[in-house]
This record gives sequence, structure tokens and C-alpha cells, in this order.
Amino acid sequence: MTPFTTLASRAVPLLRDNVDTDAIIPSREMKTTGRTGLADGLFAPWRYLDVAARTPDPEFPLNKPEAAGGQILLGGANFGCGSSREHAVWALAEYGIRCVIAPSFAPIFRANCIRNGLLPVTLPAEAVAALAWREVTVDLAAQTVTRGDIVHSFEIEPEPREMLLGGLDVIDLTLKSAPAIADWTANDRAARPWVYLETPA
Amino acid sequence: MDAKRTLFDKIWDTHRVAGTANGAALVAIDRVFLHERTGAAALKSMAAAGRAVHDPARVFAVMDHIVDTRPGRGDGTLMEGGSAFITETRAAARAAGITLFDVNDPDQGITHVISPELGIVLPGLTLVAPDSHTCTQGALGALAWGIGSSEAEHAMATGVLRLERPQTMRVTFTGTLAPGVTAKDMALALLAAHGAGGGAGHVVEFAGEAVRALDIEARMTLCNMATEFSAMTGIIAPDDKTFAYLAGRRYAPARFDDPHWQTLRSDEGAVFDREIEIDAAALAPMVSWGTSPGHSMPIDGSIPEGPARAHEYIGLDAGTRLLGTPIDVAFIGSCTNARLSDLRRAAALLAGRRVSPAIRKALVVPGSSAVKRAAEAEGLDRVFTEAGFEWRASGCSLCFFAGGERFPEGSRTISSTNRNFEGRQGPGIRTHIASPETVVASAIAGMIADPRELARETAA
Repeated sequence: MTPFTTLASRAVPLLRDNVDTDAIIPSREMKTTGRTGLADGLFAPWRYLDVAARTPDPEFPLNKPEAAGGQILLGGANFGCGSSREHAVWALAEYGIRCVIAPSFAPIFRANCIRNGLLPVTLPAEAVAALAWREVTVDLAAQTVTRGDIVHSFEIEPEPREMLLGGLDVIDLTLKSAPAIADWTANDRAARPWVYLETPA
Repeated sequence: MDAKRTLFDKIWDTHRVAGTANGAALVAIDRVFLHERTGAAALKSMAAAGRAVHDPARVFAVMDHIVDTRPGRGDGTLMEGGSAFITETRAAARAAGITLFDVNDPDQGITHVISPELGIVLPGLTLVAPDSHTCTQGALGALAWGIGSSEAEHAMATGVLRLERPQTMRVTFTGTLAPGVTAKDMALALLAAHGAGGGAGHVVEFAGEAVRALDIEARMTLCNMATEFSAMTGIIAPDDKTFAYLAGRRYAPARFDDPHWQTLRSDEGAVFDREIEIDAAALAPMVSWGTSPGHSMPIDGSIPEGPARAHEYIGLDAGTRLLGTPIDVAFIGSCTNARLSDLRRAAALLAGRRVSPAIRKALVVPGSSAVKRAAEAEGLDRVFTEAGFEWRASGCSLCFFAGGERFPEGSRTISSTNRNFEGRQGPGIRTHIASPETVVASAIAGMIADPRELARETAA
């Protein structure tokens, strides 16, 4: 996973509340069992006037010339609600988005961001709106979002912060605790035998 | 330290393996469930990384999301390219040694319907699946929640997840539901009152007289929509109904006589981070009017003022009535409302009546193959088909549009499902979510209709 340290980019606004993962990547755009080939379907129903022909809607924020190269997306409250599909984050990342700033996130989407090196930043709605189309610098170590002279601090739990800063493979990290997990499991097997099932034939 | 603990606290404490260096916790995962839409991706990615499934006996997979629901189905799907999801999940499941309920397995069905049916979910367990509606299974008293594919890989490879401790919320439904008002209406009323983001960061325990009075299947309907509330999950403390429901099911204990089971409830005086109280007796049947489940309203009310975009998409103005709005498609199905009790209640209202000729398609898709067989044994399938509904094999079907059955843009559906997002059921489709009773009443009328009036006619 690519570490996330600092990011300087124009912030592209999509300031709608309850942007759901069906809108970010519709089920019908999830055409393969892998994690790639999804950027083309990102926001397909909103981004294209004709989805089949892939005719861009010039009014959609990501299609505007000033959005070119933008790596920061601004969203409304409860961003990423709905389906757990990680494809929503894969599609954003493949498109080039590295950071989403919103007043609040749906929990599965937020966790999916962190597992894919995409930083979810929570700021008050007015602060998010004021970042629209501005050049913004996000500094994860300092936990700040800076626009000109204005600096916003943001909260993030220490664990996801470290995961993102280090670009860590979280499964490898957890597997270092395998002995502790094995000990716990042995004790639990005695206490809650009904949890443990026979291996299928 | 306060010794009074919530049910969530108890399950968390039981499953907390260790703390992490950064203040999170390694939490043991007792069950993982996969489906063909996201399962192949997770298993293939694990295999590519050379990682084995930690305990394959506790990992299950099923074909539900894009599997065809028409008679005589195989691996083919209406969705172009969909077969690969089925065949690759099958191959990956076999290679990993996990239990698979395949397309035509007698136990096939929607994940959150078959897991309780088979006793895979149990009170006090942790269960995760790369599917947001995993919260449904909290109705059995488990901590069950939806995760992404990467987290599913993590759980399968390590037996744990790294979690921040969520906050707790109790939603208490007081009083007794009026006739014709259901668990679905309770969920939609909560969403209407507190918004689609209202549960963010919380595990929500549903409690109170009206919740205790629900049967197990109705409890699943209520918990199903905790994800629509952006909660981590919903949970209901197990009681005698829960233990009676689960005892003897294939993967469940024959008896629930271990003292452990009786500890699985919030202690008297346990403190929740947030409390919400709702008078269940005051609730009416609810229908969504807009493009978020939070855009829901009593069926006999006026449409409230919402985001302009939502009014524009759905084609309905604030201040107007929802009753009488013409409907094109009626759907009974999904992990929300396609269990035997749902089909029984719908059929009881439908018996002897016919779907309006104005309805383009009316469809019943049982939540599982077992539900389908049980319904057929009772003759419910004939009630539906004689009234003009199609009767299908089990799957997620019209709950979302992956490229399968398609209706013209602007078509309006009344649907017993959980999401009314823009385009959820297809490009330009306008979805109204409601109880199976409201779907039946609306299908008969050809327009959004109050099931209580139909019930009165039936009783008269």
C-alpha cells in the first residue's frame, strides 16, 4: 500500500449528502471479480450524460477542466453510505483520488478507505464547502488541512493514522500476533465449544 | 469502573484478544460469510498473497447476489459476464476448503436468511461478511456487521479484525404496534426521525416492549436496516424465542442450557452513549418518498420538504400526497422482507385478489430455497401466482440492478427492500421501499395504497 504523508492538490467538490456507494460505483459497473478496471465506472450515472456511450456531462464536477489532476474529493454528510462494496474505494483510487474530505462518513466506506491508502478526513460542513476548487494541502502527520493561511485540524484514530503513514500491510502486521491469537483461541475453545465447527468433508 | 455492561460490551470483552500498540483491539471473529459478488475477489486475493484461511470450518459462502432467479437456473446470469462471479467463487471456495451453498443447493438463499436458518449465526458470536446487511443477523443476539473485501481477507487469514471500539446506542420502542404496522415500519420510522446518518459510529441495541413482541424473523427485518442508519450494526438481546428458534438447527447447539446464554443481555442500569425512544403505538405504515431511506414518511401523510435533487429524481413535490401515486413494478423479496412470515402476511392480504393491470411486473422472490419450499408446501406460491405475481427461485433479485431485469427509465417500484437510492434498481428507476403488506396493497391498487384498508376489507 502506498504510504500517505502529505498531499497538495485542488479539491473537487461533490457536496451532496448521503452519496452512496451505488452512486460511486453502480453494481452494473462491477464487471470483473478483480479490483481493477473500475475507474471508468466511477460515478457513472452522474458523470455521463449517456452511460452506455460514456458521454461526459460537462456540469459534473469531476468533468470540469479545473478538476483535472485533482486528488482530493469533497463530499457531504454520511459519504459512502449503503453497500459495503470496496469497489467504491478501488474506483476512486484508480481514478486518482487519494483523499476524501467530508463532514461524516459511513463506517464501512471509511474503513475501506483506510485499508486502501485513501485518507478520509472529517471536517465541519462549512469548512469542507470553503475548500471547493481551492488548492489544499493535507498533512496526515500534522493532522491538518491547509488552504492559504487557514489551517484546519482534523481527528483520526492513532491506528489508522499509523497504517496510512506507513503504508502498512495490515494482515502481515496482525499475523505477528498469531501466537497470542492461538493462545486466546485455545482458551476460548474450552469456554465456548459451540463456536468451533467440524471441518467440512 | 462501572460493572454494569451492555450486551455489546459483553460480546466485545469476550472477543477482545489483545490491544494494539495504537489503542485499537484485535477482536476475534467467530464466523465469516461470503457471497459471489465479493467472495471471489477476497479469496483470490488471499490465494495470490499465499495466505490460507485460518479456520475454513467457520467460513461459509453462498450464491445470492447475481444468481438467476428464473426456473431451471444454472450458472448463467442476466447480468452480462455475471457467470464468472459464480464460477470463480465456486473454484475459490473449493480451493480454500470453506463450506459453499451453491446455486442449486437445497440450502441456497440470501446470506442473511440462510445463516439464521442453518444456525450458523448464534447469540453472542461475532460474524462478519463483505455485505452491509450483515447487521440483519444481530437479531439473533450476535455482533454481526458488514465489512469490505480487504477486511474479509483479514478476518479469514488471521481470525481477528483490528477494531476501534464503537459507541453504543439503545433504541427503545415502547408500546404495542397497531395492526398493519410492522418491523419494517419501525425501521423506516427510526430513519425518518433521525436520518440516514443518525447511527454513525454506534452499535445500536433495539429494545423495548415492541421489540420483544416481534418474532425472530421480524427482528431480522428491524436489524437489517441498521446499516441504512449508518450504524456499525444493530443487535437484539436473545430471549426464549431466540433460543427456541435456533435450537437443533444444523450448525447450532441442540440445547441452549449453558449458563453463558443467559448472560447475553444488557445489565439493568448499563449506560449507553446515546438513547433514543420511539412510541411504537403511534406508528403508521411507512413508505420512502425520496432517494435515501431517511426520506421516509407515514403512508397517509404529505411529502415533506427534502433535497431538491431527491424531489426531482423521484418526480414528487413536497406537500403532495404519496397515496395514490401510480406504480409500475411491485417486488417482494430481499434480506429485509422475504422470509416465510413475510410471505404469509403478504399472501393473507392478497388471497382472492388480483394485481392491477396497471402493474408492469409483480414479483415474489423467496429469501431462501428453504423458504420457497415451505411456502409452496403451504400453497402460498399459488396465492401469489393466481393473483398475478411471478414466483421465483431465491436470490437478491430486484433489490439492486446489476444488469438483470430492466424497466424503462422513470418507472416507479414499490419494493420490500432496503434501499431507494438513485438508480439502485436500475437507471432512472424510482423506488419506494415499504413493508410486504404495503407492496401487496399497492400492487392490487396499481398505486401506493394503505395496507390497513385492505386488512379491514379482508376482516369484514
